[in-house]
Amino acid sequence: MIAVELFKLVRRLRTWLTIGLICALPLVVAIFIAVTHLAPPPGQGSAFLSAVLNEGQLYPAAALALVLPVFLPVAVAVMAGESVAGEASSGTLRYLLARPVGRTRLLVAKLVAVTTFTMIAVIAVTVTSYATGVLILGPSRAAAVGVAPGGISGSIAPGTGGAPTAGLQPGASITSLSGAPLTFLELIERVLGAMAFITVSMLGVAAIALFLSTLTDSALGAALGALAVLVASEVLVTLDAATAVQPYLPTRYWLAWIDFFRQPIFWRDIQRGFAIQAVYVVVFLAAAWANFATKDVTA
Amino acid sequence: MITTQNLTKRFGRVEAVREVSIDVRAGDRYGLLGPNGSGKSTLVRMLLGLVYATSGSISVLGEPVPRHVGRVLPQIGALIEEPAAYPHLSGRANLRLLDAAGPHGSRRTRRRRVDEALEQVGLAGIDRRPVRAYSLGMRQRLGLAAALVRRPRLLILDEPTNGLDPRGIKDIRDLLTGLNAAGVTIFLSSHLLPEVSALCTRVGVLDSGRLVLEDQLSNLEQPTGRVLVSTGDPEGAVAALDGLVERRDGTDLVVRSSDPAALNARLVAAGVPVLSLAVQRRSLEDIVLDVTGAGSDQFGLNRAAP
Repeated sequence: MIAVELFKLVRRLRTWLTIGLICALPLVVAIFIAVTHLAPPPGQGSAFLSAVLNEGQLYPAAALALVLPVFLPVAVAVMAGESVAGEASSGTLRYLLARPVGRTRLLVAKLVAVTTFTMIAVIAVTVTSYATGVLILGPSRAAAVGVAPGGISGSIAPGTGGAPTAGLQPGASITSLSGAPLTFLELIERVLGAMAFITVSMLGVAAIALFLSTLTDSALGAALGALAVLVASEVLVTLDAATAVQPYLPTRYWLAWIDFFRQPIFWRDIQRGFAIQAVYVVVFLAAAWANFATKDVTA
Repeated sequence: MITTQNLTKRFGRVEAVREVSIDVRAGDRYGLLGPNGSGKSTLVRMLLGLVYATSGSISVLGEPVPRHVGRVLPQIGALIEEPAAYPHLSGRANLRLLDAAGPHGSRRTRRRRVDEALEQVGLAGIDRRPVRAYSLGMRQRLGLAAALVRRPRLLILDEPTNGLDPRGIKDIRDLLTGLNAAGVTIFLSSHLLPEVSALCTRVGVLDSGRLVLEDQLSNLEQPTGRVLVSTGDPEGAVAALDGLVERRDGTDLVVRSSDPAALNARLVAAGVPVLSLAVQRRSLEDIVLDVTGAGSDQFGLNRAAP
């Protein structure tokens, strides 16, 4: 069943269209910035955008920050919301269950497909935006920021984490958000960390949408329901009066992956982010399972 | 093959199926009849483990359902209301995908089984066009093919000839009769009486969720004790039969008699030319209309409260 779901995922034009559109946004932004040389000043606009003019290799991080607030969650919510409800409304759900595909197995296969989609999307954004960053915004101009390639500057970085290894890496280093340099290897590690964090954050969205997808036969309803949860969470995150519930909101730590690009990595929010998403994933998957396993399939 | 005992399903306050006990035996061609909304589809879905009964028990192929539905379903081919398929894939790809999704679909034999099923339903020459472009009849045939891919022992078909033209209906009837002769038990639900009457050996009738009748079709279609006579000399026939004629409609007469041979001899002796003579039987339509009330899609003023 898992193989069947993956086959359906890759054989659908919509999958690739969606991923193409997600990748297109950072490309468009990069072209505008490269042409006008007008990046938002530090501390304003989307994260990392101020830095990319100096450092094209940081563009994957900027691109992830661009697609994270809307594009990625919308795509994931639509995919996950459609997963069970779409099969129900098209009638194929009853044939799958009568085939028979166990209900738990079906849910697991759907989850695997949605996870795969999320990972492909995140990887596609990272890879295409790295190419965009290097080709359009230009390679590292670290020297211009006053950091010598490799060598001494790495060892005077605050903290202890990656500093000694930095000195061993040849080639240009990249400036972290804290101002200390990152080697290329470190950059790759940090980007991988950010990708993992964002994927897990999206799985939280997927779990909510999947749960709603087992409640209704309307794919659109399930997707919009999950997005409504995110919008509500975003509103509460910025509301001072809601401080009491903020640590438990699904989007509270969404941007914590930015801390991967500090030197050293600032782990506290990253860990909390992973933890809160894990809770959302477990709770909503359990709810989806409990609902779907005992549900009358009348569609 | 299929037995249910006091099967009841309530959706909220609506009782879709009430205390139904059906008995489908091995080798039957069983037709489940009933007006729209009489609970046929709900019953079919309960047999397949899609809908859970409120009370009562189900046994299919000797196994309790839904508890061991996973053991039962691989031996069943099902058409559940309308056929459904992924519209962007071809019919063949759809059948292969569904076969690959569950157990007992050997990969080695898949291509052959799918091609055979398509041939059985008359889609052997189907090309790679997506199901989106199929006509209603083609979709229905594809749905039947999907039910046949794993050579089931039992077919559970909800309205199998929906959307087919007269030729298609005959094709499917011949196919099902042939499969039945080869040992496949067939359970179908329908509201098309002529179809059931032409195909089935046994019928059950649902009305407002209750099983109001279940019997062999041959028992139900008993002679009514009347003979239909068509003659070139109706006046002569009426005179010769003296009071036995119940109704006259032009040259057609309804005659009270349980012995058509004697009746024929009497008419011939009186010099009345007999064009045709047939024993009147109760039609399935009469039987079903007798035992059922209005369908759920009908809201007359005198409709009894449920």
